[in-house]
Amino acid sequence: LPQDIRNTVGNIPMEWYQDFPHVGYDLDGKRIYKPLRSKDELDLFLEKMENPEYWRTVQDRQTGADVRLSEEQLELVQRLQRGQFGDTNFDPYEPSVDFFSHEVRIHPVTNRPADKRSFIPSLVEKEKVSKLVHAIKMGWIQPWKPKENVPIFYDLWAREDPNSILGRHKMHVPAPKIPLPGHEESYNPPPEFLLSPEEKLAWEQQDPAERRLSFLPQKFRSLRAVPAYSRFIQERFERCLDLYLCPRQRKMRVNVDPEDLIPKLPRPRDLQPFPTTQALVYRGHSSLVRTLSVSPSGQWLVSGSDDGSVRFWEVSSARCLRAIPVGSVVKSVAWNPNPAVCLVAVAVDEQVLLVNPGLGDRLLVAATDQLLDSWEAPEEERIQPVRWIPAGPEERGKGIRLRVEHGKPVTQVTWHGKGDYWASVVRNPGSRQVLIHQSSRRWSQDPFRKSPGMIQCVQFHPLRPYFLVASQRSVRIYNLLRQELAKKLQSNCQWISSMAVHPAGDNVICGSYDSKLAWFDLDLSTRPYRLLRHHRRALRSVAFHRRYPLFASGSDDGTVIVCHGMVYSDLLQNPLLVPLKVLKGHAPALDLGVLDVAFHPHQPWLFSAGADGTLRLYT
Amino acid sequence: PIPRRLCILKGIYPHEPKHKKKVNKGSTAPRTFYLLKDIKFLLHEPIVNKFREYKVFVRKLRKAYGKSEWGTVERLKDNKPTYKLDHIVKERYPTFIDALRDLDDALSMCFLFSTFPRTGKCHVQTIQLCRRLAVEFQNYVIASRSLRKVFLSIKGIYYQAEVQGQPITWITPYAFAHDHPTDVDYRVMATFTEFYTTLLGFVNFRLYQSLNLVYPPKIDSQAEDELKPAEGKEYAMDSESYLEKLSGLSASLARAVAPTHEDEVEIDEFPVEGETAELMDAKKKEQEDLEKHKKLFEGLRFFLNREVPREPLAFVIRCFGGQVSWDKSLCIGATYDATDPSITHHIIDRPRLDKQVVGRYYLQPQWVFDSVNAKLCLPVADYFPGVLLPPHLSPFVTEKEGDYVPPEKLKLLALQRGENPDEESEEEEEEEEEEEEGDNDKEEEEEEDESEKEEELKLQKMEEQKTQSTQSNKALPVKVTAGKVRVEDKQRLEQEQQSEEKRLAIMMMKKREKYLYKKIMFGKKRKIREANKLAEKRKAHDAALKEQKKKSKKARQA
Repeated sequence: LPQDIRNTVGNIPMEWYQDFPHVGYDLDGKRIYKPLRSKDELDLFLEKMENPEYWRTVQDRQTGADVRLSEEQLELVQRLQRGQFGDTNFDPYEPSVDFFSHEVRIHPVTNRPADKRSFIPSLVEKEKVSKLVHAIKMGWIQPWKPKENVPIFYDLWAREDPNSILGRHKMHVPAPKIPLPGHEESYNPPPEFLLSPEEKLAWEQQDPAERRLSFLPQKFRSLRAVPAYSRFIQERFERCLDLYLCPRQRKMRVNVDPEDLIPKLPRPRDLQPFPTTQALVYRGHSSLVRTLSVSPSGQWLVSGSDDGSVRFWEVSSARCLRAIPVGSVVKSVAWNPNPAVCLVAVAVDEQVLLVNPGLGDRLLVAATDQLLDSWEAPEEERIQPVRWIPAGPEERGKGIRLRVEHGKPVTQVTWHGKGDYWASVVRNPGSRQVLIHQSSRRWSQDPFRKSPGMIQCVQFHPLRPYFLVASQRSVRIYNLLRQELAKKLQSNCQWISSMAVHPAGDNVICGSYDSKLAWFDLDLSTRPYRLLRHHRRALRSVAFHRRYPLFASGSDDGTVIVCHGMVYSDLLQNPLLVPLKVLKGHAPALDLGVLDVAFHPHQPWLFSAGADGTLRLYT
Repeated sequence: PIPRRLCILKGIYPHEPKHKKKVNKGSTAPRTFYLLKDIKFLLHEPIVNKFREYKVFVRKLRKAYGKSEWGTVERLKDNKPTYKLDHIVKERYPTFIDALRDLDDALSMCFLFSTFPRTGKCHVQTIQLCRRLAVEFQNYVIASRSLRKVFLSIKGIYYQAEVQGQPITWITPYAFAHDHPTDVDYRVMATFTEFYTTLLGFVNFRLYQSLNLVYPPKIDSQAEDELKPAEGKEYAMDSESYLEKLSGLSASLARAVAPTHEDEVEIDEFPVEGETAELMDAKKKEQEDLEKHKKLFEGLRFFLNREVPREPLAFVIRCFGGQVSWDKSLCIGATYDATDPSITHHIIDRPRLDKQVVGRYYLQPQWVFDSVNAKLCLPVADYFPGVLLPPHLSPFVTEKEGDYVPPEKLKLLALQRGENPDEESEEEEEEEEEEEEGDNDKEEEEEEDESEKEEELKLQKMEEQKTQSTQSNKALPVKVTAGKVRVEDKQRLEQEQQSEEKRLAIMMMKKREKYLYKKIMFGKKRKIREANKLAEKRKAHDAALKEQKKKSKKARQA
């Protein structure tokens, strides 16, 4: 290209000359100057519009001059654009001449003599071969084995070997099979198996793990309407997971007849007599009756109530013979068990009143008064924990003979079997909760140096010189003669409410606020022989019958349960406990039901005091 | 970590320890526990080495790919390590019966996998193998006529076959494309399937052998000739069409030993006495029933319309000795045409058909399944096309005493006993209707009477009250009423006493026993409650239906 030769700078980026007036040097070494004025957009546009040759004009970047392309050059550009060969004279479709063919010619193609290296064994190959040979020798390369064409399945169990049943097969727990589908899974189930809208809603709101049915029963009119089940793969997958992730365990399914579980007990009818029906209701108290006691003759009944009165009733006629207002809540009453004495201890507020009701034989009444009055003050005053105050004339008129001031609220009084000693429980956190008194000598003492927690109730042993003290969770039995702890019974209850001793003296029952009744056999153990959970609510009181093998428990649920509690003289035979009757009658009031129960001394009769202000007799 | 795949293959499962806290170092957090013995047992498994080899192979292959050494890749692929599960199958199932007992899951899984698409999810070979094994098993069931029960559920079709005295139940999904869930680990399923295919293959082999059939199954040459396309056009390559022909389920299989029809062994009769004789008789009767059940569709020729699911129906019909065909274009294996005059039953699942051929029953597919479950050919009237079908009951439910029995089941039981409750019931219904009509009249009359009486009574009372009020002004309202003699129902008294005794005895139960007792009683009560609820629902439904019927009847009359 002749024009190119004019600029001698060579094939360099032309922007190097941007800042110069010239663009290079010609053959003579003279500068080639750029066109004086560079064209702006307007010039370019005008030229485009006016110059008919504009389309074939290109700028030579080496010189900066415009060049008009000749006809040949244009044709070349067009050919190249079309992808054709640049030379016009080239014919791409010339017939080709094979100079190699599949036919074997008699003459060689070239006459070049063979190389020397084609006659000499190759060193590289030798190395490789020797390596292979070595590998074969060492057994690293095995000859290629033809693939054996054995059928993959054959008779695997052709010889069933009994020895192949191993221990692990015997220990194996086979996976339970998937339960078979019921009617509700059918595509066309009976109409009763379809869920109603409410059931459907409940089903949808349930947690998927809790649903009894894993699917919604549906009904389709025909088989062609049944769609695919969308959870099919999931269910299979869950089964797989169960098979290999679920712990398996042999569980003995209890397959018992529920009737066999019920213990065979003697029928209550064969264990008569026991109270079965409500015979009498003693009305008169205006508030809940907290406590009651029966006279040793069985003729009279005394009850103490929250309305601040003590009432004496005749048992057989349900008539109130006397009512003594005492002015405060009566916590406990106890009739002297000695039939030769007519005396009642009444725990009111902070004092215990010894009341002579003046009922029954006049001689007896007089003798009692005489016994109390025969006391003479000793010469030297002994320090007593309580004060014995003889009643004033007004009180004497009401029947009160003595007042024993405790200084703290008294919760319970109980007599010794002989009728001279009595014990009282004082609500006194800390020391001096139990006091033992002798009424004939007006003498009191505190038997314990240290109190074993909160004391709930105390009892004298009916036969032996023992003293039973129930604290919150245990019962302690003290020997009064030797002045030591004889036994400690663990009740397994949370809070003991009441206690009763069997007349034979070897068994104790404890009622507790956590609705349990514990039967202790003192010969057997210090743990309960039986824990009876018959009541639904807290037990308030328990009682033994003096002659019949009966015991009763009254509870806040308004019922009294009478049980047969036979104690055998044979030490080898355990006591027999049979519930006999659930006695209902008391209406629950103030969340309380039956507050106290007591048996008649001779008859199989039961008295109960309730929160509805009545006493009831069951015969 | 416990190798999952090994556990699946070897059938190792976790155990629940007796003292969880002791084993778990004092913690009560939930953990899975395996027996140490089991883990040691896994260690001795020779397949572990194979797994290791395979791991090495994969590593080498990846390396060769990375280096683009195609020669090495080829060589490695040629020497791909393989493993067999034969010994594991033998070890897990030392006897053939053991294997049969555990076949439920294997079959369900194979049937599921055989319906998978050939893309993704799992290897194509696995799917093909599953399909082959499933078809083979189906063919065996046909050849041995061991199918007993079929159930169309909304989940799929349940089949129950009795193979060598073992009931085998499996479920197949309806033939639709799967909507593959994302929360499923297909690798676990594939591992299970790997084991199950091996197991099923061996079981199939053994089963075919027991029937003197050739394994892998071959279609009887005689049947094959029939199956040859008449036009001479090749349907597909022989190797490909083989499985399809087999899965057509219409051809009998070739036997290794020529079949002798007098194969069936008669049970020798021994002279026995007393109960054993009765037992024997019962057994014999059962056997006879079974034989009859097996030949339920013998001599019947079915034709399946094209909208009917072909495979399950063909399978079931062939299992009970029926002949079956379908449209030629539907599937390979059609033996006769729709126009064949000898067809007795035409299975159709569309509301109505335009041109019906005389001399054959047009029935909905449920008839086939219900007949199989009822062990007799049910009356066809309920199953005509377009008719509202009777409910399809599950054959797997055997109602015990106290369970709820749907009335359809009662009807079926009566039918099986040989009574014909249909006519009676219809008559009864008619009678009832008549009676009802009569009743209605009577009732109306009675109502009138009653209303009159009531009015009279009211009047009387009013009068009495008036007189009383007038009297009360004069005298105190003290009245002596005659004491009623209370009739003491002795029986009831006795009952009450007994129940009280029971209550008292329950009070004396020990805590644990009481808990158990209460639980049992709760379960019983719940069962009764549920049964009652179902019965009530049914009653309400029937009443509603009757009402509707009456209404429509009246409307028609009007």
